[in-house]
Amino acid sequence: MTYQFDFATVLAQWPQFLEGAWLTIQLSFPATIIGFICGTLLAIGRRSGTGLIARACGFYVEIIRNTPLLVQIFLVFFGLATLGWKVSAFSAALLALVINVAAYSCEIMRAGMDSIHKGQVEAAECLGLTKAQAYWHVILRPAMENVYPALTSQFVLLMLASSVTSQISVEELTAVAAHVQADTFRPFEAYIVVAVAYLALSLLMRLGLWAFGQLIFTRRRRLKTAG
Amino acid sequence: MSTVVELKDVHKRFGSNAVLKGVSFSIAKGQVTAIIGRSGSGKSTALRCMDRLEVIDSGSINVCGHALHDPQIDLRVLRQDVGIVFQSYNLFPHLTVEENIMLAPTVVKKMRRADAHAIAMRTLTQVGLADKAKSYPEQLSGGQQQRVAIARSLAMEPKVMLFDEVTSALDPQLTGEVLRVIEKLAADGMTMVLVTHEMEFASKVADTIIFMHEGRVWETGTGDMLRHPQTEELQAFLAGGL
Amino acid sequence: MINSGFTLDHWLFLLQGAIWTIALSLIAFVGGGLAGGVVALARVSPVRAIRWIALGYVQIVQGTPLLVLLFLSYFGLSIFGFSLPGIAAASISMIIYVSAYLGEIWRGCIESVAKTQWEAAECLALTRTQRLRYVILPQAVRIATPSTVGFMVQIVKNTSLASIVGFVELVRAGQLINNSIFQPFLVYVLIAVLYFAMCYPLSVWSRKLEHRLHFATRQPADA
Repeated sequence: MTYQFDFATVLAQWPQFLEGAWLTIQLSFPATIIGFICGTLLAIGRRSGTGLIARACGFYVEIIRNTPLLVQIFLVFFGLATLGWKVSAFSAALLALVINVAAYSCEIMRAGMDSIHKGQVEAAECLGLTKAQAYWHVILRPAMENVYPALTSQFVLLMLASSVTSQISVEELTAVAAHVQADTFRPFEAYIVVAVAYLALSLLMRLGLWAFGQLIFTRRRRLKTAG
Repeated sequence: MSTVVELKDVHKRFGSNAVLKGVSFSIAKGQVTAIIGRSGSGKSTALRCMDRLEVIDSGSINVCGHALHDPQIDLRVLRQDVGIVFQSYNLFPHLTVEENIMLAPTVVKKMRRADAHAIAMRTLTQVGLADKAKSYPEQLSGGQQQRVAIARSLAMEPKVMLFDEVTSALDPQLTGEVLRVIEKLAADGMTMVLVTHEMEFASKVADTIIFMHEGRVWETGTGDMLRHPQTEELQAFLAGGL
Repeated sequence: MINSGFTLDHWLFLLQGAIWTIALSLIAFVGGGLAGGVVALARVSPVRAIRWIALGYVQIVQGTPLLVLLFLSYFGLSIFGFSLPGIAAASISMIIYVSAYLGEIWRGCIESVAKTQWEAAECLALTRTQRLRYVILPQAVRIATPSTVGFMVQIVKNTSLASIVGFVELVRAGQLINNSIFQPFLVYVLIAVLYFAMCYPLSVWSRKLEHRLHFATRQPADA
């Protein structure tokens, strides 16, 4: 049985796809930033010895990393409802994504921070820097630079994973495909278009993050031009 | 005496860096040749070219009748005639000592395992490590690993053995055991080329010593050459070390 | 709060779903592993065209959400008139997904085997195939074990998406239960607990393997 591919009717819906893509970006971008900051704080907490904070952070990270995002999204969504808080699907999705990416960022940053030699911190303190200053300049900033590629990958994965939020009716790109296929009866073409859109988004995101890295990590840029 | 290795006007560059600038020398059968010189003089590169680990840009290299500069060359036959031992031994960590040695004879020469095993034990005895046959490389000291590496190359019964600074990565007290093995091989008549920093050893064992400087053969001679250097550069090298 | 409406039968139904989760995970791992091996070898092939095709495949699969791959398989299969779209779509999309990710992980492991090992094998006159088979791949497999086990955790978690196309694994089982007792938060907590029980041991095992690997690659003692 030959199937006639019909992309025209699907592509005619391009404004909807654009809106969906925009929502994907609106979801992923803040989730990345907030999630990264939370993740870094978690990593600092995790490394703070063996006290309650360290163990609590540890539990949090393990639970998030060993349960599916889909389940986490549903838990946040229904959990908030159970608590009586009426939030939009978008907010619930954003919260779930932040909770998720914070745990993964924590592990990445922790590895980065652990790789900084203790001697560096000692040297900084002996030069008169306060503990906080030493932490920022000698641990956090170099760690961020070292693990930046891993962070970049994680953030792109987050953007792709946001497709799952369509299941709580967030009108992002994957949800748009479902609507378009309901209207045009062309599910295969609709999802192909969406797949290409995601590919384009992940490419743009990788490019953007790389350029950002080049901008803020001047050492790397300078070393490259040192010939 | 037949010539086993011959380099003629060999040039080699890495990117914009000319490492070999017209190197020529020849080595006769049964002879031991030591190549000495500073880091960057091109000595290791010259050695690696002899086993086609590097491809030369111009000139010619003939080893055991193989023309290395010929793009059609059958490298597998070349590598059976030439054995090379590396500075970092490069033993296969997932195989035992005897498996390391038996691998090439069984897989390349399609030897029966029993025959390959006999060869492995013979070469291990030659290097004084017959009792370590079933150990893994990580259980051996650096000197022992290097001797196993030598045995591994010997098992393929090469016509020429190349040694690329094989004691440079070893602790001083371990170099002796490796040098003794090399000395014995020389006494048994193996054609050898050694890139080395061990001057005393070179003057004792080598029939010919080649001093390379800035990508060229600067001086050639016997052990005497080290006691009476002709050129300034060799004098400076011997005085100032490496 | 725990006992209103949620019975032992419901719990057994959840466990049944969990078993199907494990089944789908195994299908994905074995199928994706075989395909992933092909991808990894293609990525390091001396033939440039093969390398580029493999790279293209990996980039496309890794740049597409699994959910979209799932829908494409689901609707693709329907077009060709297959009768089991749920589990078949889930299996196909997971195998494709796993093949790209495991292929990349394994390629990284092959490339992390020191170049000097290639050289040493080459100088013993082994062909490229012989070098891969006897020297490089055995070492690559050793290096790959921790991250492969770690990726198994991702596989188990990602099977949750199969619920969206109707396959009754753990999440779908929970959703079906919820349709009758209307206790979504409780049900999802129990689902999360079951996922944790399946994934956490794998995570711990992976870390243990990683640890052992790093100890094994320390420099040998100079006796």
